[in-house]
Amino acid sequence: MGLQVKILGPGCANCDRLEEMVRAVLAELDMAAELDHVRDPMAIAEWGMVQTPALVVGNRIVCSGRLPHPEDIRGWLQEAAVR
Amino acid sequence: MAYDTAPTTRIDWRELARPILILTAVFLLFFFLPLESVRFRSAVLEALALARWYAREHVLLCLVPAFFIAGGISCFISQGAVMKYLGARAKKALAYSVASVSGSILAVCSCTILPLFAGIWKSGAGLGPATAFLYAGPAINILAIILTARVLGAGLGLARAVGAVLFSIVIGLLMHAVFRSEEETRAEVQQHQPEMKPERSLGQNVLYFAAMIGILVFATWGQPDEPVGLWQTIWSVKWIVTGFFAVVLGIMLMLWFEVRPGRLVPAAGAVALAAVLIREPLITFSLGIIALSWLLTVTPGRAQEWFLSSWGYARQILPLLFAGVLVAGLLLGQPGSEGLIPARWVGSLVGGNSLAANLFASVVGTFMYFATLTEVPILEGLLGAGMGQGPALALLLAGPALSLPNMLVIRSIMGTKKTLVFVGLVIVMSTLAGLFYGLLSG
Repeated sequence: MGLQVKILGPGCANCDRLEEMVRAVLAELDMAAELDHVRDPMAIAEWGMVQTPALVVGNRIVCSGRLPHPEDIRGWLQEAAVR
Repeated sequence: MAYDTAPTTRIDWRELARPILILTAVFLLFFFLPLESVRFRSAVLEALALARWYAREHVLLCLVPAFFIAGGISCFISQGAVMKYLGARAKKALAYSVASVSGSILAVCSCTILPLFAGIWKSGAGLGPATAFLYAGPAINILAIILTARVLGAGLGLARAVGAVLFSIVIGLLMHAVFRSEEETRAEVQQHQPEMKPERSLGQNVLYFAAMIGILVFATWGQPDEPVGLWQTIWSVKWIVTGFFAVVLGIMLMLWFEVRPGRLVPAAGAVALAAVLIREPLITFSLGIIALSWLLTVTPGRAQEWFLSSWGYARQILPLLFAGVLVAGLLLGQPGSEGLIPARWVGSLVGGNSLAANLFASVVGTFMYFATLTEVPILEGLLGAGMGQGPALALLLAGPALSLPNMLVIRSIMGTKKTLVFVGLVIVMSTLAGLFYGLLSG
């Protein structure tokens, strides 16, 4: 089972940009991962009180409420791949 | 040799439909443009005049400082600290109060309101505080309140702010009361800890925001009708006071934002020189904005973060506001002159302070969609065309929080019954608040 990455966001420019950024970093690192964009607010609420856009790597919310720097995304993905 | 199958079609209507429809609509719009109509021509001029008035009176002195304030709120107020009060184990009284004022702090991207509402409901403090947040999130928008106070007057600005906070608490409490029996035990979800913002003392934050608010308030201090009294005295020294706050902000930039004195002092000097030589406040203020932006963009760390956050708001909001101003000008004209919609219609529907007028304003506000801040120029036009103060407040309280598309999504989260109760409460309370305020200001 590969690395699970989720974008939590009901749909707005920021949420879509986050997805693009994650795809770009995955391509750059040549990493395979299951990328899922969760848009339903109730499904997002399953993760608790989350500010969107939010990024979930593995089973952890690594970032919420803002667009992270690509550097940070790289770090989280690489860290998760090692675990 | 004949083909065995028909060649595949290259027409994909899903891709073609939208651009074709848009071009056709624009073409038809211009083909049938009613330029012969005097009313239409003057409405177009009114739209342009209104846009110019906003550009001259509100963008530099009010909106730009407001964007910097909003950017500061997003960057430097700890969201984790606030979210604690909305969690499942928070004290309920605190949860309601925090939910009603935290919209500006938590909703950095407005898309977050619905998921966060669902989160607070299902794994946080419950339906009451969640609904309070749902209403207050869009309503207690710091930018909207600043612009309302500036354009529509301090009375409506204050009433809007106070009304929105009170409403959200009352609506939350009532929703909780009505649906109490349904509240299931909430799943104790492993609460994700939002990143803690860089530690700053409360004192530092207070000074920081006080300086910016000082600049905003004094730069926009208006001259009273009668040039006498305290108000007039303050007006006569407003730029000196604004300058004082700017100096305070400059010192903070060096102490807390790591801006290099070697850059700040020359920049500040240039602005001060311009103030003395050119003696045109708008130019000096603009130079100040440019200087601040430059200093922030060349200093990595918090300074850049603050700038990017503020710019994010500006980029998101200004185009829509500009469009809203043009539409408001076209339809309603400036105060004192008409747009496409005759003032009689406005006066008869929402003039005065009758129950019907307030109710009509409430209902229209609930269903109509307003992009952030656009309710201000629209309301300005309506007030100028004869809308009463009461119905204006009703529209301000019902407008930003709800719209028809928004209601449909809420329905998919809460269900039809709860949504109807929520919408009903918003309409009823906006109407009552409007009636009350109309009486007060009448």
